[in-house]
Amino acid sequence: MTTTSTTDYVMTPHSQTLSVLVENKPGVLTRVTALFSRRGYNISSLAVGPTEHPEISRITVVVDVDQHRLEQITKQLNKLVNVLKIVQLDARQTVQRELILIKVTADNTTRTSVLEIVQMFRAKVVDAAADSVTIEATGTQDKLTALLGMLEAFGIREIVKSGEVAIGRGGRAITDRSLLS
Amino acid sequence: MTGQTMTGAQALVESLKHAGAEVVFGLPGGAILPTYDPLMDAEGLRHVLVRHEQGAGHAASGYAHATGKVGVCLATSGPGATNLITAIADAQMDSIPMVAITGQVGSPFIGTDAFQEADIVGMTMPVTKHNFLVKDAAEIPKVIKQAFHIASTGRPGVVLVDVTKDAQQAMTEFVWPESMDLPGYKPESRPHGKQIREAVSMLLEAQRPVFLLGGGVIRGDATEEIRELVDLSGAPFVTTLMARGALPDSHPQQLGMPGMHGTVAAVSALQRADLIVNIGARFDDRVTGRLDSFAPSAKIVHADIDPAEISKNIEADVPIVGQAADVARALTAELRERLAAADERDYGAWWTMLSMLRDNYPLGWTETEDGFTAPQKVISRLSALSGPEAIYVAGVGQHQMWSSQFVTYENPRTWINSGGLGTMGYSVPAAMGAKVGMPDRVVWSIDGDGCFQMTNQELATCVINQIPIKVAVINNSSLGMVRQWQNLFYDQRYSNTELNTGHGSRRIPDFVKLADAYGCAGLRCERDEDIDATIQQALEINDRPVVVDFTVSADAMVWPMVPAGVSNDEIQIAQGMSPEWERDI
Repeated sequence: MTTTSTTDYVMTPHSQTLSVLVENKPGVLTRVTALFSRRGYNISSLAVGPTEHPEISRITVVVDVDQHRLEQITKQLNKLVNVLKIVQLDARQTVQRELILIKVTADNTTRTSVLEIVQMFRAKVVDAAADSVTIEATGTQDKLTALLGMLEAFGIREIVKSGEVAIGRGGRAITDRSLLS
Repeated sequence: MTGQTMTGAQALVESLKHAGAEVVFGLPGGAILPTYDPLMDAEGLRHVLVRHEQGAGHAASGYAHATGKVGVCLATSGPGATNLITAIADAQMDSIPMVAITGQVGSPFIGTDAFQEADIVGMTMPVTKHNFLVKDAAEIPKVIKQAFHIASTGRPGVVLVDVTKDAQQAMTEFVWPESMDLPGYKPESRPHGKQIREAVSMLLEAQRPVFLLGGGVIRGDATEEIRELVDLSGAPFVTTLMARGALPDSHPQQLGMPGMHGTVAAVSALQRADLIVNIGARFDDRVTGRLDSFAPSAKIVHADIDPAEISKNIEADVPIVGQAADVARALTAELRERLAAADERDYGAWWTMLSMLRDNYPLGWTETEDGFTAPQKVISRLSALSGPEAIYVAGVGQHQMWSSQFVTYENPRTWINSGGLGTMGYSVPAAMGAKVGMPDRVVWSIDGDGCFQMTNQELATCVINQIPIKVAVINNSSLGMVRQWQNLFYDQRYSNTELNTGHGSRRIPDFVKLADAYGCAGLRCERDEDIDATIQQALEINDRPVVVDFTVSADAMVWPMVPAGVSNDEIQIAQGMSPEWERDI
């Protein structure tokens, strides 16, 4: 058995999730993504949407970098005038979800097997045709990867995936109206 | 003015005055026409009409650099705006406070590829600190107030404000806002007491400490505070290209400029240091050389107002976020207290070595083989005869490095150059801006024959607006720094670097005739024995700009040099000559 020391964890790139709270103004998403490309940071996943405060939007961005890079990204993002707050979400203390829609081949001979898998993953069928079903599933990246693995044998025709969204566990909120003062 | 109804254009002009602008460098065009109308009668707001928008940008930058105030430039939409981009990127890289205002096509036309439409907000996002698109006249005062605030606080930078033509034409009630309304912008930070104590402990334990002073010392007006700190500490200091003049060259602890063309003493001090206290420098690649061999045994204290600079290129052991003046004041107070308790500093051996390096490897030059004037000599005499109160503004290349090396700087804001972006053509317009800001100072543009041909049209602006700058063209008839690299690294194959402006060439153009055509005084100096008299003559002409064509040898090179991408330990003092480390250390 091998163990990963803390230094290895810090030095090696791995998936990290940042919640970036921004002013809800035109062009802000462009500023954020342009900063990533200008500084040569790769975005693995990106999701953006409103928060409970109409003036604040939340960008969830997943990057595959080491700790040093992550600090640089955070500092550079903080310099953007429209960025209000950046929180690095600790995977162990966070609920992370992605949404996927999968169009998979399913006729009379295979439909039952496909539906079994759908049930097993607590996914939903949102559309069906004579030779296909469309499945909606939410979950962590690992779960969705496993689901796709199971469905592959039936013939996947099309998939579309959202970016990851994430929220910290417990009662505390990172969004707060005081951000705007 | 508050409460008055006026056009957006009038509100823009009024806002500029409220924000403290005194001078605007610009050039009109269709989408900014509404603003040029009230600008014509604006009292207390001078407009200098340039001949190219890039000149307006560099002039605003030179003005800001010389005065510390926010520089302002103004251009129309489309090509007017895109012509500003080089100057914007240049000023942003060197942390110059600047506000660039551009006209934009009317808001209904945005996105239609209208005549002279360019998405200047999109284009300048990566090269500004922030930018705005204003489509509503009522927003103009607030945005201008925010723009000046963002440009001048924290780490200074460029803010672009793009105003649509219809916003300039619409009527609005002028209100100069009380508050700033920038919830995401918190630029100021006080140095942390714990970090200050740790930094001072390191300073007291170190045997070979060096202060690395950067442009932040000048931008943050921290000369006095830094001086107190280094005087109290007794440790040596080096001043980066952007910090020349931050502390006097005559200061006994000054080792000169570090980096690719730094002094042997400055480069060696950093390489051999056991502690580097960096205040306001960003460990640029031209200073560090190969990162993995830079200052191998040094602990790093890094103070900067921009936290993103700390541990960006070199990992800091003690990070300090704060303005240079605040950091220096805090370090001085802590150091004074600790020294009073116990003083175990011993920099004796360190100073013995550094003094020897400083004495053995002073900056200098050898006589040229072709017998033509050595450019270093011209610059050296310019400095001696014009003195440390004059302002020296360089372009980019060999003449820039020599100006950094052979002008003696005693005061901050007397050395202006394009450091980060390395923009050829910076000098003439930036010198013009500096002279507008500091009309009582002698302002020398020290330019190359290549650089000079990129922006010399601003001589017309200088003549018409009575801005009597002095231009010393260090004319080696070539793109000198490129030629130097071709000489050293490309087997002396001089591909496309010959400019035919100097000795033995057709002199296209003839710089003296060019000066004459622009209404400037034009002088030429081709022999060593005429250098002093020519400079004196130039110094005596103050009713119009002077252009001096110093035709010099094309073979002179900038030394010392650390070739790109190698360790600073491989510094050469002349071609193929390294310092004799074995003998000297």
